[in-house]
Amino acid sequence: MTKIAIFDFGAGNLFNLHQSILRNGVHDVDIVRTLEELKKYDGLVLPGVGNFDSAISSIRKDAVSLNTAIDSGMPILGICLGLEMLFYRSEEGFLDGLKVLEGDVLMLPKKKVKVPHIGWNNLRIIKSESNLLKGIPQDSWVYFVHSYHIEPEDENLITAITDYGSNLPVVIERSNLFGTQFHPEKSGKIGSQIMKNFLNICEKTE
Amino acid sequence: MPLSKRIIPCLDVDNGRVVKGINFLGVKDAGDPIELAKKYSDQGADELVFLDITASKQDREIMKNIVRKVASVIDIPFTVGGGIKTLSHAREILLNGADKVSINTASVENPKLVTDLMKIFGRQCVVVAIDVKRNFRVGDQHGVKSDVDNNFYFEVMIYGGSKGTGIDAIQWAKKVEELGAGEILLTSIDADGTKNGYDIELTNTICNSVRIPVIASGGCGSSEHMFEVFDKTDVDAVLAASIFHYDKLTLGKVKTYLADKGIKTRL
Repeated sequence: MTKIAIFDFGAGNLFNLHQSILRNGVHDVDIVRTLEELKKYDGLVLPGVGNFDSAISSIRKDAVSLNTAIDSGMPILGICLGLEMLFYRSEEGFLDGLKVLEGDVLMLPKKKVKVPHIGWNNLRIIKSESNLLKGIPQDSWVYFVHSYHIEPEDENLITAITDYGSNLPVVIERSNLFGTQFHPEKSGKIGSQIMKNFLNICEKTE
Repeated sequence: MPLSKRIIPCLDVDNGRVVKGINFLGVKDAGDPIELAKKYSDQGADELVFLDITASKQDREIMKNIVRKVASVIDIPFTVGGGIKTLSHAREILLNGADKVSINTASVENPKLVTDLMKIFGRQCVVVAIDVKRNFRVGDQHGVKSDVDNNFYFEVMIYGGSKGTGIDAIQWAKKVEELGAGEILLTSIDADGTKNGYDIELTNTICNSVRIPVIASGGCGSSEHMFEVFDKTDVDAVLAASIFHYDKLTLGKVKTYLADKGIKTRL
């Protein structure tokens, strides 16, 4: 049976994410404060609540475990902040990111668009072979709540973009590593399908 | 901007049930909050707002349970407001699954609460509700507007619209943006309950004064009213209560109507 871990940055509400995983078919979910026992799980979710420096501080001690898990092929999904912390640095904080992915996290252009970017926006899928976005139609609506956005150095990682002042990269994929700038747990039926896709990937690699 | 305009059903909750006042005469039971939340979510609501209209101490426990139950059945964002005065109360609501809290009277009486909430939970969790009424006794400090032959200013009201503050709503909207609000839920008391349409003048004035999203509320009686406020102002979302209760209108119908008129909605 598939077993999923949600990492708790200690910053707030994981109830929704937890419920979303349960609703989408995986009933064995733990909220964890350390990644030491990650081997017990088939997949890891890095949630999207909190702020950059405090999230980084809470996971820094587990950076080695995280890297081991990534190398072992464990499916990992970073949501919003949980995705942003995988990069080198963020304009939101002073601390270094986890440096799993090359690139930075930048503030949305305040002069051009309302910040935070709150609401439903369209997904433009640019890589049809994406595993996370399997079965998701072009221009599907997903729910965003963020003030910062990722800017990966390697554009090949990007599987979908969204137009908000400029084309923002909003879904990335690198083998077992997945990330969304939006919140699948709050994105209605489309988000639910994306969650199911991730949980299916976890089940297969079990 | 390609963001969709949001349609947000509002559920007034009293002692664990959704209620709706009818012409200020009494309250009528409109259903179970969890069932209604699920129904609206399935029909395509972009978000939900729950307002605890009694907000007594006993009610607080009931509301906490409703929040948890709602959070486990819907997968769209939801906001809880009504009588939230302290950080610990707001935290309790957020940790039980709400995505945002809406602060009204407390933001005026204790503006620091807005900033504290923003620092702990992030700006996106903080909605400041502003209730506004035209006041024709204008002072020097107010942003003066005028209709045919009277000067007035938009006054911020608290305690459910019963108490004036003398604060100009334009200045207050800018202030709450600075304090840390992520969104403004703007209710026109002049329009509320009339079913004659949203307060276009007020909505326009506030939208042009801030850079954060604004939700228009008060006065909605039909899909046409929603079109009017989206067409004539930059508002990001509309709140409507009674038109969705008792299945007078469905979200699907409203959204199809708006889409046909060229308003970007999530269908």
